[in-house]
Amino acid sequence: MSDDNKDTGSEEPREGGGTPERVVGTPSPAKGKALLPGEDEHSAPAGAGEELDEASAKRAERIVATFFLLAFAGSVAFIAYYIGWSGRNGGMHGIHRARESNLWLGGMMALSFLALAVGVTIWVRRLMTSRPIVQDRHEMRVDDATRESFAQDFMEGATDSGITKRPLLRRTLLLAAAPLGLAPLVLLRDLGPLPEKRLRHTFWGEAVKKAQSQGKKGVRLVVDGTNRPLRVSDFSSPGAMITVLPEGIEHDVPEEKVLTQTAKAVTILINVPAEQFKPAKGRENWHINGIVAYSKICTHVGCPAALYEQTTHHILCPCHQSTFDATDAAKVVFGPAARPLPQLPLAVEDGYIVATSDYHEPIGPSFWERG
Amino acid sequence: MKRFTAWRRRPWAGYAVVLAALAAIGVIYAGFSPQTERAEAQNTAQAAEDLKNGQQLFNKNCASCHGLNAEGSKDAKGKPLAPSLLGVGAASVDFQVSTGRMPAMNPGAQMPRKKPVPDFDTTIRTDYKEPEKREAAEKQKARAEKNLADLRAYIASLGGGPEVPPATATDPKKGDAALGGKLFRTNCAQCHSFVGSGGALTGGKYAPPLDKSDVTPTQIYEAMLTGPQAMPVFNDTTLTPENKQAIIAYLVKTREEPNPGGNGLGRIGPVSEGLVGWLVGIGLLVLAAMWITAKKPKKLKKS
Repeated sequence: MSDDNKDTGSEEPREGGGTPERVVGTPSPAKGKALLPGEDEHSAPAGAGEELDEASAKRAERIVATFFLLAFAGSVAFIAYYIGWSGRNGGMHGIHRARESNLWLGGMMALSFLALAVGVTIWVRRLMTSRPIVQDRHEMRVDDATRESFAQDFMEGATDSGITKRPLLRRTLLLAAAPLGLAPLVLLRDLGPLPEKRLRHTFWGEAVKKAQSQGKKGVRLVVDGTNRPLRVSDFSSPGAMITVLPEGIEHDVPEEKVLTQTAKAVTILINVPAEQFKPAKGRENWHINGIVAYSKICTHVGCPAALYEQTTHHILCPCHQSTFDATDAAKVVFGPAARPLPQLPLAVEDGYIVATSDYHEPIGPSFWERG
Repeated sequence: MKRFTAWRRRPWAGYAVVLAALAAIGVIYAGFSPQTERAEAQNTAQAAEDLKNGQQLFNKNCASCHGLNAEGSKDAKGKPLAPSLLGVGAASVDFQVSTGRMPAMNPGAQMPRKKPVPDFDTTIRTDYKEPEKREAAEKQKARAEKNLADLRAYIASLGGGPEVPPATATDPKKGDAALGGKLFRTNCAQCHSFVGSGGALTGGKYAPPLDKSDVTPTQIYEAMLTGPQAMPVFNDTTLTPENKQAIIAYLVKTREEPNPGGNGLGRIGPVSEGLVGWLVGIGLLVLAAMWITAKKPKKLKKS
């Protein structure tokens, strides 16, 4: 092929002179040579279909016209529905009629566009011929004379400005530009507050501190949703599970932070049969006869892991199937999580279940400075 | 290779590939969807005209697994086959039997919901036009209700346990659906999905769907109260009867929500619904693009 290119290139020399470089993907400039013998000007590529005769053309014409009429009907129906029906019974497209209105307005518009597109496509496919059309590509490289004159202009300007002759100007200009490039880094830093120590603590810590300053042992656990403090006797059924929060989280936290703090402090309280419960070393008194509390936030990527099966005592995370053993300090038994769910130290005070401190480790997924 | 290339160039090859891809997506979805392979309702035609009291029913339907004294049974290796029914209470019996989970047909990861056995089937239809047929159906229904009540009373007499909730405690109209929604999302949605479409658990277990109307408010209450199978227990002191009624109200209310566009797709949420729409839409667009650009050249008739 490269031989062909050279031959044909020399046939039609261009202004700049020299052999043109063929751009990859463009048709060979070998114009004179037909790919297949016996092709006339109006021929279709190999494997062409039937000839276009007037009878089938008329048929196609009618089909296309039908689609166009359908599109017309769709648009008219759209306008008619918009004016006539969707506003009836008072209330223009009110919330109660939004669904019906969406269906009809969207449906009519879709019908209109679709019929138009189908009509045009059938028109192209059934009525137009596939005559090959040649469109020449032009050389993208400018000729050498223009290039030379541009280079000359450029150098003239550079010499005139004296940037090579006056180093003081050149250096102060560079100095002026440098901090401008660094400015975005400062902006990046201020996109949000730094996490500081917030990732290491939850509201349990504050709540316990407040309760202990009032001379109590710890903060009560309340049911998320009803804010009902739980007694040990309330939670006595083996196999029970409930989502709990520290008492007072809705009142003691600024309103805009309640959700954030709830999302961090959310805890599942589980009643594991006492005879099957194996407390971890150093946490022998963190449970109340099998009642144990773990963070609900998975240590993998922070989904709420709370699919508790009371038959297997497994806590499953629905996102990536990390499975934790509730009887064994929530150790990972399956899945991508790397650490057990943090455990909340529990105690009894006046019959109520209380937490005696914050989680001893950061809850949720790993983060950069966690260590 | 050459033959494959030739096949590839056939006009219908592209459509076939797209159809195969769409079918594959469908099969994969069906594989992940939790509603595959539920055991079919069984049809043991047991005529139990004369069995009237609970113990006889228990001996007939339950004792083979749960033991003649409802003490439960273990296999040769000491692994429990069937739990003891001492102290499970009337609510548990009512839930297991009225949902058809018990008597179980075969041991598995989980007992599926099915049509209750005829002895206990209180859901049979009685709206026949012919008076004789309707009378017979009503009689059978009354008998099934009595059978169930007798069995409940017998199990409750063995060791107490939670009672069947009264109808007033399960009336969805009296519950606070907003509170119920909050409680459902914090304590139930992780397994049963946001509006109770159900979901998969470990080892072949699953959380059954709650969004069909055959799951009655009483059954929902009893399930929370007794924690059947892998489900945790939510006793009346943790979630009060009012809280349970609120949850029932939420579940019944969400059932009534219409599904715009027809299929709710398990109400999996706008993002996932968008993904499904995108996959299907892209498939259709690919087909349309292939149709538009498909080669169908013609010659101009020389005239």
